[in-house]
Amino acid sequence: MNEKEIIARRVAQELKHGDLVNLGIGLPTMVASYLPADSGISFQSENGIIGMSALPDPALAGTNLTDAGGMPIGAFPGACAFDSAMSFALIRGGHLDVTVLGGLQVDEGGQLANWMVPGKMVPGMGGAMDLVTGAKRVIVAMTHTAKGAAKIIKKCTLPLTSVRRVDLVVTEMAVIKPTEEGLVLLEIAPALTVDQVIAATEATLLMPKAPGVMNLAV
Amino acid sequence: MSKVSTVEAAVQKIPDGATLMIGGFMGAGTPPNLMDELVRQGKKDLTIIANDTARPGTGIGKLIDAGLVKKVITSHIGTNAQTQKLMIAGELDVDLVPQGTLAERIRAGGAGLGGVLTPTGVGTTAADGKHTVEIDGRIFLVEQAIKADFALIAARTSDYSGNLRYLLTSRNFNPLMALAADLVIAEPDEIVPIGCIEPDAVATPHVLVDMIVVKGADA
Repeated sequence: MNEKEIIARRVAQELKHGDLVNLGIGLPTMVASYLPADSGISFQSENGIIGMSALPDPALAGTNLTDAGGMPIGAFPGACAFDSAMSFALIRGGHLDVTVLGGLQVDEGGQLANWMVPGKMVPGMGGAMDLVTGAKRVIVAMTHTAKGAAKIIKKCTLPLTSVRRVDLVVTEMAVIKPTEEGLVLLEIAPALTVDQVIAATEATLLMPKAPGVMNLAV
Repeated sequence: MSKVSTVEAAVQKIPDGATLMIGGFMGAGTPPNLMDELVRQGKKDLTIIANDTARPGTGIGKLIDAGLVKKVITSHIGTNAQTQKLMIAGELDVDLVPQGTLAERIRAGGAGLGGVLTPTGVGTTAADGKHTVEIDGRIFLVEQAIKADFALIAARTSDYSGNLRYLLTSRNFNPLMALAADLVIAEPDEIVPIGCIEPDAVATPHVLVDMIVVKGADA
């Protein structure tokens, strides 16, 4: 099981029947693969659809039905399509239950930076600022470190995506809950020790209770 | 007078230096023949307002490749290395706007509003130089309305009066932009007789559309 699969499997357990969920491009998209067919979860793509399925539907080829990365997708019966103002009204207006996004840095205040590295990578924020500001629940799905450097740090050095505190951070090493007091280490990956997680984390991790072990069954 | 035009004649109306809103999301819902014709006619110094610049060789990416663009107001350029390269080299001015804010600024421009108040971007670099307003204890950014000289939009179907129907995720910014420009040029996949689109299926009312282009159509 590679690190992305560990993250996707754990995030999948956070989604509940009836949730409307937006999955970011890349790693977050993998979360849908670890949900049962009858999960009762609908997915929104910010380019204007609710009810997308990750698998392209050959019957819809040539219809320009794509995900937010421009890749062909399918749609389940009952899907609905709309314009970008409606799409972001859903996101910003508190109608989206969960957004799962990638991250570059998360800090002790639970703030996320995920849209640019000045001078190096300037992709633009796309829908990320609206998603983090407006979704009812924000889950960051990211690798714990980048080329050995900590990504969970005391204070973000990269430009913030939002000042809102995210709700949960899931990495291949740990599940962390940002709170008013700081970052609470809820769970660690099987076969890891708390000390190993702390060593890979720059931010202080709080442990009001002994951390549990991440359940990776789906 | 018929609104139907050739692609060539429609693009001839666009002067160098014009501001264009162009519909589409990663190329889906971007009018393909209008993009090719802008390149063929070699327009210069365009300002483009669009969700993204797609990829090199795709949709709006073709305008970037051909060096027609002076400035882009957009939410995302991560899929277009050429846009990023030109921006870093100082040859292209890129104004990055959160996607939902871009949609609402365009909508506001077309709806006669001065702008919108949004919580998105508060406390980030997206708020630089902008006013904030507190309402019921919550801080909002004042984001100004935006308009353009031309809107180039794609639709699935137009009737001969310009009523437009869209298809799935190729709708995106198109209906918003149809409200926010002085001259609206629509490129549908097909043109049908008036009455063939059910009134409830019309997402852009015909009064907003000035020209309808189809490849090879007689003007």
